[in-house]
Amino acid sequence: MIPSAFEYFAPASVAEAISLLEQYGDEAKILAGGHSLLPAMKLRLASPGVLIDINKIAELRGVVINGSINIGAMTTWHTIEHHDGLKSACGVLPEVVAQIGDIQVRNRGTLGGALAHADPAADAPAAILALDAQIRTHGPGGERTIAAGDFFTDMLTTSLEPNELITAIIVNKLGAGEGAAYAKFPHPASRYAIVGVAAYVKMNGDKVSACRVAVTGAGPMPTRQGDTEQAMLNSDGSAEAIAKAAEEAGANMDVLGDIHASEDYRRAMVKVYARRALTTAVARARR
Amino acid sequence: MTAETELKPRYIGQSMKRREDPQLITGKGNYIDDIKLAGMLHVALVRSPYAHATIKSIDASKALAHPGVVAVFTGDDMMDINPLPCAWAAGRVKNNVNTPRALAVGTVRHVGEAVAMVLADDRYIARDAADMVDVEYDPLPVVVDAKEATAPGAPQLHENAPNNIVMEWDAGDKAATDAAFASAEVTISEPIINQRLIPTPMETRGSITRYDEATGEFTVWMTSQAPHVMRLLLTAFVFGIPETKLRCISPNVGGGFGQKIFCYNDMAFTMWASRKLARPVKFVEDRAENYKASTHGRDHITDAEICGTKDGMISGLRVKTYANLGGYLSTIAPGIPTTLYGRIISGVYKIPSAYCHVTGVYTNTAMVDAYRGAGRPEASYLIERMIDRFATEIGMDPAEVRRKNFIQPEDFPYQNGLGMLPYDSGNYEPALNKALEMAGYADFRKAQAEARANGTYLGIGISSYVEVCGVAPSAWIGLAGEGWGAGLFESANVRVHLTGKVAVTTGSLPHGQGLETTFAQVVADELGVPYDDVQIQWGDTQGTPFGYGTYGSRSLTVGGTAIKKSVDKIKEKAKKLAAHMLEANEADIVFENGTAYVKGSPDKVKTIGEIALQASVAYSLPEGMEPFLDETSYYDPPNCTFPFGTHISIVEVDPDTGMVDLKRYIAVDDCGNQINPLVVEGQIHGGIVQGIAQALYERAVYNEDGQLLSGTLMDYAIPTAEMSPHIETDHTVTPSPVNPLGVKGAGEAGTIASAQCVMNAVIDALSPFGVKHMQMPASPERVWKAVHSK
Repeated sequence: MIPSAFEYFAPASVAEAISLLEQYGDEAKILAGGHSLLPAMKLRLASPGVLIDINKIAELRGVVINGSINIGAMTTWHTIEHHDGLKSACGVLPEVVAQIGDIQVRNRGTLGGALAHADPAADAPAAILALDAQIRTHGPGGERTIAAGDFFTDMLTTSLEPNELITAIIVNKLGAGEGAAYAKFPHPASRYAIVGVAAYVKMNGDKVSACRVAVTGAGPMPTRQGDTEQAMLNSDGSAEAIAKAAEEAGANMDVLGDIHASEDYRRAMVKVYARRALTTAVARARR
Repeated sequence: MTAETELKPRYIGQSMKRREDPQLITGKGNYIDDIKLAGMLHVALVRSPYAHATIKSIDASKALAHPGVVAVFTGDDMMDINPLPCAWAAGRVKNNVNTPRALAVGTVRHVGEAVAMVLADDRYIARDAADMVDVEYDPLPVVVDAKEATAPGAPQLHENAPNNIVMEWDAGDKAATDAAFASAEVTISEPIINQRLIPTPMETRGSITRYDEATGEFTVWMTSQAPHVMRLLLTAFVFGIPETKLRCISPNVGGGFGQKIFCYNDMAFTMWASRKLARPVKFVEDRAENYKASTHGRDHITDAEICGTKDGMISGLRVKTYANLGGYLSTIAPGIPTTLYGRIISGVYKIPSAYCHVTGVYTNTAMVDAYRGAGRPEASYLIERMIDRFATEIGMDPAEVRRKNFIQPEDFPYQNGLGMLPYDSGNYEPALNKALEMAGYADFRKAQAEARANGTYLGIGISSYVEVCGVAPSAWIGLAGEGWGAGLFESANVRVHLTGKVAVTTGSLPHGQGLETTFAQVVADELGVPYDDVQIQWGDTQGTPFGYGTYGSRSLTVGGTAIKKSVDKIKEKAKKLAAHMLEANEADIVFENGTAYVKGSPDKVKTIGEIALQASVAYSLPEGMEPFLDETSYYDPPNCTFPFGTHISIVEVDPDTGMVDLKRYIAVDDCGNQINPLVVEGQIHGGIVQGIAQALYERAVYNEDGQLLSGTLMDYAIPTAEMSPHIETDHTVTPSPVNPLGVKGAGEAGTIASAQCVMNAVIDALSPFGVKHMQMPASPERVWKAVHSK
């Protein structure tokens, strides 16, 4: 539980952080909330030579709600969990975040940090996929925006360039006829998701006009469930329709097994939790 | 009963808040990692990544060249000291003893075994340099399962232990038990696994040694539940030096659950290196090291059989257990699955014939030794599961089967036929009835049936337990009897300073139990002084006459009684001195509420302060009386104590996910008289939560290569407040006749009662799916499979 030696920088601006990333390249790791990186360093699973601590960059913190929702990358879980504006604009986000780790983790952990780390069992990536969020990044060449669906590429791997920093996450407000929910089977020790399913549903009258479902925890990366979404589209969103659609969940993704949950069991739970998430999302969309 | 004990106690029986807590919960405790000595070196260990391997070579040259590294030592350097001793040879049988050395020599036998120590100026340098030590291993075949380890052709760990067998031990009457089974109306057999657990005290373990070159004396600060025992083992057995050359100090100890009873290699290697280098040496393990290399608990594989009549009378119990003891024997490992398990396997029931056979086994895993309850949770789990199995088989209410077979009040002292000491006292049915009433048992079955019809699966589980506490009469548990290599008395010194303030030093020492508070309550009442005037000191072999330590729920029963005996002696002397001061006959002196007076003249008193002052200045003492009020007592209990009770839990199982929702937990315990009900309740709560965790969450997992897969707190689930139910407690009081306080012990009861309580409820909930037994933990996947395999 003793990390190896490292050099430490605490830049005050995004530009400074990026120039440090440019300077140190592969040697450097960005330190956000630190709740994934520091344990890995203490177990010497990671031994970066340089830590670039971005906690002092004020411009990366905070939630702004205008036409859409802009969440600074370094906004803590705690801020998101207790943000009144978010609760009404996109209640599923505080709902997901309240299920992350424990109070201490939520006081330090950040949305941007979690997305960049891309833990296959993290909660937020499922919500980000289901909400079809945009991830704004900053690199030496300036700013770009990555769609959530293009962001996660493999286990612990994203389309973020090594010299890029996530600066903000942009989410649409949920309006009339829209509902979203997250259903989670937590790991008893780590509180990560053994299976987590985030669902978004838009109802147009009695029909489902849009649906996005994303699974975390079960496989190597958070994954959209196209078959389930297709089955939901144009359905009436009834319990039967949801049950039928949920049966498709997990079919086209890799699912992992470990000492806590076998592959078969996880596949079964993906269906159960897809059903639960969709049921709540539809109920909310109808409200 | 004498006049003074009839007085209404002022502190005993009060739920006083624990006096030790403000210090501990505000970060002002003094734990081992808080201790920093001038010139102190820090140790990092090189540990084996293999579960079984020959060490071919160790090259420390790179580490030694690293700036700040002072030395690197290996097992070969320490051949001038002996392996750690095993202090408990399971009674009456041959134990093939193999214990660890300070550092491995030649072969490693579990993942995490210490191979080399790096000493450096700080902990970071030491840790970096440990990675630079190049160890070449030749891997050997591995076995981690106790039953498989005894099979022909299994990898062999030690030359002197054929088939990896430590010992074959048995208890009870085999012939009578076989006969009972042969003629029984109903017989049931069930494989029962009590999974391996990792104790997980909040503070990990460690030790610091300071060697004094001038005197040749060692001082070792250690995270120990038994510093006096460590002094004995380290001097007489490991180093071969006089006991007077070692002082052991347990500062604040942050939980132990048994894991900190034992003699560990770090005590030996910090001593050895401190002497070698003439500098203080500190080692504190991290959590990952604690998980790999400090002791684990439980790990039994058992074939259990029970038999009886169709009308619910149990006639026999037959048990065959493989107890996994790990790669080496820890300090008291062989005693746990024998004396503390096999001898109490029949629980609270009057079973006419019972027989238990235990095979202790070496495997390529961390050592297994006492963990909260130590043997008794395994016994209680087994009998309580089998009673439920029996009840299901004959279609009788499990509460009724229990009631029919309980040992009755008139049977005490009760001999169970398994070689246990006679159960001291008990009255099992009132505790059961009270728990059933609290649970609303009579109405529950109806509610359960209705719920099932609606697809909701509720279950109720009963656990009636008895345990053996207050260990133990020395002559019984000692070498000639049960094989414990010493005695198990306890000592206490009580001194009344000339200001009337009272200092108590005890061999029992706290690591979270609230002993300072409980002991002070006893002394304040017995001596009749203000509670705040009583100071409890502990944990330093230099300050306390002797002590076997804190475990086995013995601190109040044995240690507390030693304190009471010393207080009684103080009172006797005070009465004599008061008689002298009041110019009266000693026979006419009444001593109560901390004052002495002549019978009939209660207005003319001498306070304990005045008496202590006179004893201390010694201007005028009775003929032949020595100055000072200072008394030491040693108390060797005539018997153990046998707390008991009934716990009931109610669960709901989600058939879609297999998740178990523990809806209610009811505990009715009888630990005899309660000195501090708040402390008792805290102990019961903590114990219950640990048992619930075994039933639902905890499981140490090794893969077939001997790698610990549950090696961090990210993988090994210990219970949190969020996972714990509201616990409804109540009690009955059956004072123990064994000790003058009438106390029985409460530190382990919750753990002993609870795992089977929850499992019985889960299995009851699953009965519509044909489930009759399930191994622990009842993880969601396991429950889900049981539901969906029908």
